[in-house]
Amino acid sequence: MADLLLSSTEKIFIVHGVQDDYRSDGRSNIDYRPMELETEVVSHASGSARLRLANTDVLVGVKTEIDTPKPDQPGLGKIEFFVDCSANATPEFEGRGGEQLANSISNMMQRAYQSSQAFELKQLCILEGKQCWKLYIDILILESGGNLYDAVSLAVKAALFNTRIPFVKAVLMDGGNVDLQLSDDPYDCKHLDVGCAPLLITLCKIGDKCVVDPSAEEESCSVISVVVGVTGNTKSYCSGKEIDSVKSLERKCSTIGMNGSGSLAPQTLQSAIMQGMVAAESLDEALGQALLRERQENVILKKHAYGFLK
Amino acid sequence: MPGPDLLSSQGLRLDGRRPNELRRIRCKMGVFTQPDGSAYLEQGNTKVLAAVYGPHQAAKSKSSTEGVVVNCQYSMATFSTGERKNRPRGDRKSQEMSLHLRQALTAAIKTELYPRSQIDVYVEVLQADGGAYCVCVNAATLALIDAGIPLRAYACACSASMAWHGGQPEPLVDVGHVEEAAGGVVLTVASLPSTENIALLEMSHRLHMDYFDVVLSRAMQGCRDIEVILDKAVREHLAEGWTKEDVVTI
Repeated sequence: MADLLLSSTEKIFIVHGVQDDYRSDGRSNIDYRPMELETEVVSHASGSARLRLANTDVLVGVKTEIDTPKPDQPGLGKIEFFVDCSANATPEFEGRGGEQLANSISNMMQRAYQSSQAFELKQLCILEGKQCWKLYIDILILESGGNLYDAVSLAVKAALFNTRIPFVKAVLMDGGNVDLQLSDDPYDCKHLDVGCAPLLITLCKIGDKCVVDPSAEEESCSVISVVVGVTGNTKSYCSGKEIDSVKSLERKCSTIGMNGSGSLAPQTLQSAIMQGMVAAESLDEALGQALLRERQENVILKKHAYGFLK
Repeated sequence: MPGPDLLSSQGLRLDGRRPNELRRIRCKMGVFTQPDGSAYLEQGNTKVLAAVYGPHQAAKSKSSTEGVVVNCQYSMATFSTGERKNRPRGDRKSQEMSLHLRQALTAAIKTELYPRSQIDVYVEVLQADGGAYCVCVNAATLALIDAGIPLRAYACACSASMAWHGGQPEPLVDVGHVEEAAGGVVLTVASLPSTENIALLEMSHRLHMDYFDVVLSRAMQGCRDIEVILDKAVREHLAEGWTKEDVVTI
């Protein structure tokens, strides 16, 4: 990110605004900037999404592969996160420059998705102890304008929502070997249940309060930020008839991490986590609505992806 | 020699194109705000993003008093191919592509204007469906123009292959992934069409020298066709936000 020079008066202006829950761009402390989301942008992937949040641009592709489950978890599938910081974002990422940031993001995502209440790995099981699906979630950071964790988690959830997994037509057992026959029809597939997949919310501490989705100016006023992973609500991701059969789940915190050089008082941390839960609730609901609307448009209007041409 | 099955009995290719037809090219300049220049270009199902940073002061080890150093990095998204890739860059193929890209772009840029400086060109293949190198060169050219870097000419790249139709040799322009995989010859040319110069030429598999000229001229024709499309895109991009009268006076 470009270095920003702010005078102390400008910083005081920002800090005072945050104390009064009215930030310099008119948002409250738990409001996000407008974002653009599109799914199904990469046709080589089973599911994909592109998210643009202010200057941050993230592209996520989900690829599926057949794998054998771990011996200690025979009934569960596998999920793997890989983050690539493209040099398009900044020349510092050239070669292996972005690896550290990439690893910290992929570790955070892996931790957030580990719990069975966050993402049910049982739905990836094909044949217990023998075969399961492995999801490769590849995240490409094309432009980095801050707030990467939030953008990545949103794009991943959208890409998973968009992922189609082909049905298994027949299984041939030959001794210990399993031979699967997959359906060739691209429409003969199932969608994943991703309603409770977690979103990561970054809370930036400015003064005594925390804000979500900080702008570059606000980030330069802060020394520490807390990242919380909050599970979603399945109800926001169901449409029509299904909605009554699904019971509303309570939001839970699936991971907590901290970034930056400063330190936090326990009370501040607690209030930050509570604030993150509230922000996650509205964000998750909005994402669910947007995804359902897009899925409907794809079916009715046979919409073509704009991708980067818009 | 490739089998006759690259062309149907009606003379159409596997994806329904005629031998001299390019895939559909769609592009957009200035997709990102942070780089000095950026462009997105898709040719059929091959989609590429290019970003240009610079010219800026060169790193001491690279600096040259003769002219600007063009630094290229070719990288492929892990989900870009049918089979998942393990590493986006750093493998031999991407390193070779980076070198080839550098050669084609250095030939097009007026390097003597910026001694002791460096231009970074980064290309990211989002989806690969044959001819990724050609699309990268075309996208990088657009990104360089978006960055306002003086060029001698447009650098355009195009590939060509060979097939037989009714006993006659028939060169194919802009080879797709299916045709590449069929095992025929693939001739890749990066050229400066307005000066008719060839900046880079590469050929895989074997081809009888008698047919080399036909294939090469088909590839060069492809480059000229691409230049027309790129030129139109640049003019449209620059005319955006202007009224019709303004454009006429330019």
